[in-house]
Amino acid sequence: MKISLWINDKLIEDDIPADTILLEFLREKGCYSVKRGCETSNCGLCTVLMEGKPILSCSTLALRAEGKHITTMEGLQEEAKEFGEFLADQGGEQCGFCSPGFIMNVIAMTRELEDPTEQEIKEYLAGNLCRCTGYQSQLRAIRNYLEMKKGAK
Amino acid sequence: MFTIKNYVKVKDLEEAYELNQKRNNVVLGGIMWLKMGSRNIQNAIDLSALGLEKIEETEDSFEIGCMATLRQLETDSRLNSYFDGAIAESVKSIVGVQFRNTATIGGSIYGRFGFSDPLTCLLVLDTYVELYKKGIIPLSEFVDMPRDNDILVKIIIKKDTRKVSYLSYRKTATDLPVLTCAVARTEDGWLAAIGARPARAKLIRDERKMLGREPEEDEIAVFQSFVEENTVFKSNMRGSGEYRRHLAGVLLRRGIRAVSERGE
Repeated sequence: MKISLWINDKLIEDDIPADTILLEFLREKGCYSVKRGCETSNCGLCTVLMEGKPILSCSTLALRAEGKHITTMEGLQEEAKEFGEFLADQGGEQCGFCSPGFIMNVIAMTRELEDPTEQEIKEYLAGNLCRCTGYQSQLRAIRNYLEMKKGAK
Repeated sequence: MFTIKNYVKVKDLEEAYELNQKRNNVVLGGIMWLKMGSRNIQNAIDLSALGLEKIEETEDSFEIGCMATLRQLETDSRLNSYFDGAIAESVKSIVGVQFRNTATIGGSIYGRFGFSDPLTCLLVLDTYVELYKKGIIPLSEFVDMPRDNDILVKIIIKKDTRKVSYLSYRKTATDLPVLTCAVARTEDGWLAAIGARPARAKLIRDERKMLGREPEEDEIAVFQSFVEENTVFKSNMRGSGEYRRHLAGVLLRRGIRAVSERGE
């Protein structure tokens, strides 16, 4: 079936089977930051933005993205690098496998919530599982990142 | 893994209804649950071009299109200025924001899943479903109806001043609930709904007026016993029937107290 959508602001047109999952489609198009994790909608590794909102690409049909803008980490390299440095400073990135999905959701959070409380941060990121860090280093990294952004305003 | 042969973005509800009469055709919600199965689908019916993703407020109700996401329900300030924010409370523990940005309320309610948090919550509100052919019927009737091939178009929640508390118990954050419980006090008395039993949520009305407006502990104990004795709890991998029965009593007591503390 015909599909046309924007991936990182580039118009892509293709002909795909109706049951193609967005995760597969994006990886086929070279977006290797989009990781295959649980594939049961639980871990958040496959997070991408659809029209600016974070979604799970493992649980979305590619055809649902018809005519829409999809953003992967390849399209947000500057912001991802900036936050990634805060994450590395706090040891919040160990095996690193969850990092792309986690960073995408942190970026989505900073765009959606103006000055999130610790509780709001935890709630927003509850769908991103990490089996290495215990989350404390990630939380420190987010707090520092948000402080930096506040200071830069 | 499921398979889909054709994807049909329908132009109107009649087209969706006609397609949905065949057993191997399916109306798509968020597909979060559907994709976990192994159905071979001939035509996947997509309603997303029909403008059914809106939450609209009228003078006496909220009308929620079936394609509205759980995240929309969570963040809609108009909706959550009613019912003590119970609707947001009922969805905010469902996996993560990314999941709730695509899971639809139509999928959750039409599926009448045992684990559905919003189904439990909406049962204690004055909620109706609008079906394309059958029209508007109370959610409390719909929940017990056998599945058919109608299309759930909207959820309608009548506005009123009832006090509501929503509670759920999960073994770990973001998991499916072991038990869900919603309690409401209306002008006419108390209502409770218990879900994830693990069967679908059941509505229980305090028709015998066991609970006063601000019930004492002994009144709560009587109602709790009534609910425990008249509700079926079963076992699955998340807990035994007896464990669920005990949890139901605990959540029910907490819910009734929370509502009482909010006053009139």
